[in-house]
Amino acid sequence: MTEVTGIKEIIRNENLAYKRTSIMTDNTLSYCPGCGHGTVHRILAEIIEEEGLQSETIGVSPVGCSVLLYNFIDIDWQEAAHGRAPAVATAIKRLLPEKFVFTYQGDGDLAAIGTAETIHACNRGENILIIFINNGIYGMTGGQMAPTTLPGMKSSTSPYGRDIRTMGNPLKMTDLVATLPGTYYVTRQSVHTPVNVRKAKKAMRKAVQYQKLNNGTCFIEIVSNCPSGWKMTPVQSNKWMEENMLPYYPLGDLKTPEENQKPQTKNPDEND
Amino acid sequence: MEKELRLMKGNEAVAEAAIRAGADGYFGYPITPQSEILEYLMDARPFERTGMVVLQAESEVAAINMVYGGAGCGKKVMTSSSSPGISLKQEGISYIAGAELPCLIVNVVRGGPGLGTIQPAQSDYFQAVKGGGHGDYHLIVLAPASVQEMADFVELGFDLAFKYRNPVMILSDGAIGQMMEKVWLGPQKERSKSVPEWAVTGKSQTRERNIITSLDLDPNAQEEFIRKLVAKYEKIRETEIRYEEFQCEDAEYLFVAYGTSARVCQKSVQLAREKGIKAGLLRPITLFPFPSDRIKEIARRVKGILSVEMSAGQMVEDVRLAVCGQVTVKHFGRMGGIIPTPDEVLENLKSEILGG
Amino acid sequence: MAKIRGSIVVNIDRCKGCEVCMVSCPTGTIAMAKEVNCKGYNYAYPAHPELCIGCASCAIVCPDGVITVYKTKI
Repeated sequence: MTEVTGIKEIIRNENLAYKRTSIMTDNTLSYCPGCGHGTVHRILAEIIEEEGLQSETIGVSPVGCSVLLYNFIDIDWQEAAHGRAPAVATAIKRLLPEKFVFTYQGDGDLAAIGTAETIHACNRGENILIIFINNGIYGMTGGQMAPTTLPGMKSSTSPYGRDIRTMGNPLKMTDLVATLPGTYYVTRQSVHTPVNVRKAKKAMRKAVQYQKLNNGTCFIEIVSNCPSGWKMTPVQSNKWMEENMLPYYPLGDLKTPEENQKPQTKNPDEND
Repeated sequence: MEKELRLMKGNEAVAEAAIRAGADGYFGYPITPQSEILEYLMDARPFERTGMVVLQAESEVAAINMVYGGAGCGKKVMTSSSSPGISLKQEGISYIAGAELPCLIVNVVRGGPGLGTIQPAQSDYFQAVKGGGHGDYHLIVLAPASVQEMADFVELGFDLAFKYRNPVMILSDGAIGQMMEKVWLGPQKERSKSVPEWAVTGKSQTRERNIITSLDLDPNAQEEFIRKLVAKYEKIRETEIRYEEFQCEDAEYLFVAYGTSARVCQKSVQLAREKGIKAGLLRPITLFPFPSDRIKEIARRVKGILSVEMSAGQMVEDVRLAVCGQVTVKHFGRMGGIIPTPDEVLENLKSEILGG
Repeated sequence: MAKIRGSIVVNIDRCKGCEVCMVSCPTGTIAMAKEVNCKGYNYAYPAHPELCIGCASCAIVCPDGVITVYKTKI
């Protein structure tokens, strides 16, 4: 391994401030330069390490750019068919209820072919975590339009820009699942700046910890970039994402447990 | 719970047998003529009896993927459906076979293609035995011909599935699913506590991570894997063929039929013998692996073979392959949900094989 | 008053030259090298190591996790 370093005197074990977690394997990530997938993998892996969950975790990987996810994080994995991860995770969690079970899916996986599985797992309130990476495009297959592609956004199957009249509006899955009583914590984050990475990690840690409560599905959307699909440099893509994606997919919590605890039914002593 | 004699529908027998076999999970979706399996399981609440999970999924697609997930963590899981729903499951079945996972799939066949009819048929033979899903794989296919076999094949199916790490299909039909017969149910088995070493249950310090996948982008590795599957199916062919013969020892004419058709042909054999025609019946119990060698053997000494199926002619192709031109093989079938009568089967034998 | 000084170690071979660390660095420590690594990427490196405050912004935002950060009080 070749390295380049800063001031050598400071480089001592007792001065270590940040190191890539060993829950990430040594395999080089297969993602394009600057792609947010790697960052999300890393914060998830850090949380698994910090919460001591490596031997308790089963991840369900998708079809999409992150199809080889099981090569990058050192936990047990099951590869799902395109869109089916929530169904796979449903069974795993119901049969092994003590384990931490999550899915990791892209926008085609979760919001196109997997729409039924996503909605119904959330509707049943399966005690799993669904991680949704939304970059408004199909990366792995070469940059086609996704259900989350913005109006006017160009892709290989919307070369003149997404036309709402014939292609429909972008689908806001996170907003949809937040309306279902079966979801417990629903949030939208990003990982394009250090501040956002820290916020995303905080949100993801909450979602991981909430699973022990068996109160329903936790759902975290990460709005991310696709430099290759959007045909920009990584830095340009993050800027474009901020200016175009985030106004449409605003960051923040859409549903938090404090809201869930509001009483649903009236006091039986009250008169109507 | 002891061995018990009950009067049950075929569908109900499958459900009760699953609970007693110590199944860990059932994931299904309603479709006629097999909805009783899911209904019986929901009513029986086996979660309270054994901890067995029963879940009505949002579709057959979701159900097979739940089975895939359950199989991946080493559990005894199953699903059931009927023809159009089994078509939906093909992607999931291919994934389960490609990941070398065990599971049980029950197909209570109805007439097709398309929405078809809700009446019984045997027109999913090709789908079950020749493929169904994409890729080089096979299902072990068990064909019950009675409510007793519907029950017995659940435990047999799970045993074979785990022995070979392969999905197993019980290929039944709407008649057997709906008919009521006496059935002996085995005692309640405990759900297994053992964890296969390949299962995903959480990576402990003592092992590498387990990855359940059917993807391999390296052509050489993928080819090697398929060869491994081929060898597995060869072993299954050598070891797991099952069939039943009825009056074949001195037969001059042979019926080959499975499931409901076999029950009809059994009567046709009796009727034929009363008329002095020495007919016999070979009933394949495993459709994959197919009892080709036995059929080939019998073909040497008979004057004609009639393959009787409730379809336009699917198993007949495998009979012809086995017979390899030694003797005439014809097909007789009723479709659309119609079950042939023993008399019309015999009439067809006389006109097509005996020649008048 | 004690000053916090940092030092980063960049794994050149794994860096994909995406530059996100560079724009995230609050002190201008990082620049992209003129040379390329074995994969052909211009890798990131601490061009002005004396400016590094060990905030780990670069490491946190790096998609490939190629940066290790050390810091100390001086």
